[in-house]
Amino acid sequence: MSKQTYATGVTPPQGVWWKPAHKSEKVWFTIAFVWCMVLFAMMPLWHLRGGQNPTGIRAKVEPRDYLVRVQQFVADYGTGESENGIPVVEPPPGADVYLLAAQYQWTPVLRLQEGAEYTLHLSSLDVNHGFNLYPFNVNFQVVPGYDYGLRVTPTEAGDYRIVCNEFCGVGHHLMVGKVLVMPAEDGASASADQTDGAPVVPGADR
Amino acid sequence: MSQATASTGAMGTAAALFRKCPTTGLKVHKDADALIKANAVAATVALLIGGIAATLVLLTRWQTVHLLSDELFYRWLTVHGMNMLIFFIIFFEMAVLYFASAVLLNCRVPTPKLGWVAFALMVVGALMVEWTMFTGRADVLFTSYVPLRAHPAFYLGVILFAVGAIVVTAIFFATLVVAKREETYTGSVPLVTFGGITAAIIAAITLGHGAAIYIPTFFWSLDMMNVDPQVYRLVWWGLGHSSQQINVAAMVAIWYLLGAFTVGAVVVNEKISRTAFVLYIAFISMASAHHLLVDPGFGPSWKIVNTSYFMYMAVLASMLHGFTVPAGVEMGMRLRGYTQGIFGWLRRAPWNDPGFSALVFSVVVFGFVGGITGVTFGTEQINIVAHNTLRIPGHFHATVVSGTAMAFMGVTYYVIPLIFRKKVAFYPLAKIQPYLFAGGMLLFSLTMTFAGTFGVPRRHYDITFAGAPFTLEYSPAVNVMLALMAIGGLIAIVGGGIYILVTVWSVFFGQPLGDDMSEAALAGSVPPGVYKRPFTELPEEEVELEEHGALGMMPGTMILVLIFFVAFVVYYFANWKLLSAMWQIG
Repeated sequence: MSKQTYATGVTPPQGVWWKPAHKSEKVWFTIAFVWCMVLFAMMPLWHLRGGQNPTGIRAKVEPRDYLVRVQQFVADYGTGESENGIPVVEPPPGADVYLLAAQYQWTPVLRLQEGAEYTLHLSSLDVNHGFNLYPFNVNFQVVPGYDYGLRVTPTEAGDYRIVCNEFCGVGHHLMVGKVLVMPAEDGASASADQTDGAPVVPGADR
Repeated sequence: MSQATASTGAMGTAAALFRKCPTTGLKVHKDADALIKANAVAATVALLIGGIAATLVLLTRWQTVHLLSDELFYRWLTVHGMNMLIFFIIFFEMAVLYFASAVLLNCRVPTPKLGWVAFALMVVGALMVEWTMFTGRADVLFTSYVPLRAHPAFYLGVILFAVGAIVVTAIFFATLVVAKREETYTGSVPLVTFGGITAAIIAAITLGHGAAIYIPTFFWSLDMMNVDPQVYRLVWWGLGHSSQQINVAAMVAIWYLLGAFTVGAVVVNEKISRTAFVLYIAFISMASAHHLLVDPGFGPSWKIVNTSYFMYMAVLASMLHGFTVPAGVEMGMRLRGYTQGIFGWLRRAPWNDPGFSALVFSVVVFGFVGGITGVTFGTEQINIVAHNTLRIPGHFHATVVSGTAMAFMGVTYYVIPLIFRKKVAFYPLAKIQPYLFAGGMLLFSLTMTFAGTFGVPRRHYDITFAGAPFTLEYSPAVNVMLALMAIGGLIAIVGGGIYILVTVWSVFFGQPLGDDMSEAALAGSVPPGVYKRPFTELPEEEVELEEHGALGMMPGTMILVLIFFVAFVVYYFANWKLLSAMWQIG
């Protein structure tokens, strides 16, 4: 590029405007293009190497059929206890875990083992809800009519909350559920009163 | 600007329909004038309603104040979303379309009556939606996810509004055809018009998605058919996200326009800028996927291909504009003699021109905050630590508000003298308006995004969860962030209030401009670009600019974009690091 005339963006360019780019434009284009390819490659790469992917098992399910599965799940693995009227369920490692979102409650309360893998199913009885795991910032959409089965491994013991983060009606902000992850050592012996009071906050140093 | 006088012969008989703009020499069709004014006024009314809603919502999310009741909070949040993202933005874009076609091409609006029908449809549609929202018949938020149910008039109102907008888009294309046939300009359409064409094509695609989802949903609300909730989310975001891409295209067009008006910015290379616009058209509607990355209805291949706009080609386009716009400003300044050092052009730029400061803030905040967070959160896996948290509204307030709305506000300070033929009322206030608005929004977006990294949900009335079955307390840092967010938001609201005051006062009670367009007559009452006309000071003959070694002819811009690039890389990989600390999920 040497000499050229210049015009602004409000002037109709005359003649052929398909001209070679300036050197710096070419440099920036190259940087931007390579970066875009890096951005693109990272996603498949994380499927191969990373531990967090939103793939899961995805299927359609009638809300009332899903409700039956949740009821069966509570009957199979329920501890007989309940917290605030919500049944407490302690499935064995490897089990299919069914969590139901409905205006305005998460059912049931879950007791899981640190380091064990579960298939956590999410679905809704009525409208869209949002699964947000506190204090870890993990989020999934809960859509009525769809079963989202995510293979999860709780990597840290603690007292977790499930916050609804998709607007689901006027009681949306009251919709808080609970997951207790017990340390791998003492396993199933965790007592119910351990869950009272202020929540333990794993990873609060973040 | 010389083609305006050259073509008067062809249109001689219609001379009464036009006035000649004394600043730019452009012929302005009087119908175009009136349609631009009507749409701009409607946009401002929507901005006012949306702004009142913003204040109430903000003062509720500021947990210390917690102003509204739960029901009213969700209602005003619905009002805020609809008025800002649909009515304000789209009415303004209709004005931009008339400007980019009829005004910039010296052409008449071929069907002014249809233009008024479209405007009426949009107003009626908007009023129907406002009625349902304010009477509590549509507490469904902006997204109205099925099966949340609103009154049928809500959906019908949106449909009427969209039909009106489609008609204006069609008139825009018709104007291009008429301008070409009547030879109102020579050569190719200006770049700003090309950007307008991009916005209009994306608008057609977007409004098509809108029809495809709101029409079935309207019938669903009458219990006449079923709408699958997941399909709704897919198609609705074809409207919801793509309409933000109309904003992007219109905003980038305005960047080029403001650059030209304020500092005589040049188009460094027409090929690069226009190709970047074409990339938008080709890939941008795939962004619906950004909202569906942690949804059960779609597999990883679909998510990766779509969320990346097919290999990030639309991101590439934005990165190109992010270079060519400041590069054009730098070159324009250098061509006009501001050649000192690497950043001399930037230091000596007209920072007291609200059009220029708005341009700079729009480019910088859109790119650095909105762009970087958007691409990062739109990554399939990283979305797990972003979806539906405050990080998302933190991102889009940086794009739509600090980016698009800021650019629209900046260009308004030129529209008032050039289209409305009025002095800018309270001009000293107008000069500080972009600083307040963009500065406040910057603080707002950054603190909101940061609060979101703690998992704080968006669209949520009460994060103390009083009355919920289980207790939950966020880190004290969240309260600090939300308080700072409120302060930033309030500063921005003051900026927005000044904008509305200045525009409404100028248009309805302002001093007419008169014929004397000299600096002596106008200084201190309109932006300096109006009388200094920097775009007329560009050398007409071929010139050669100095090379600054490896940094080339635009060294300042090159350094700025490299800083941007480093920030992008650091933020992007920091988020992968954050994700890797979560539970194992697959």
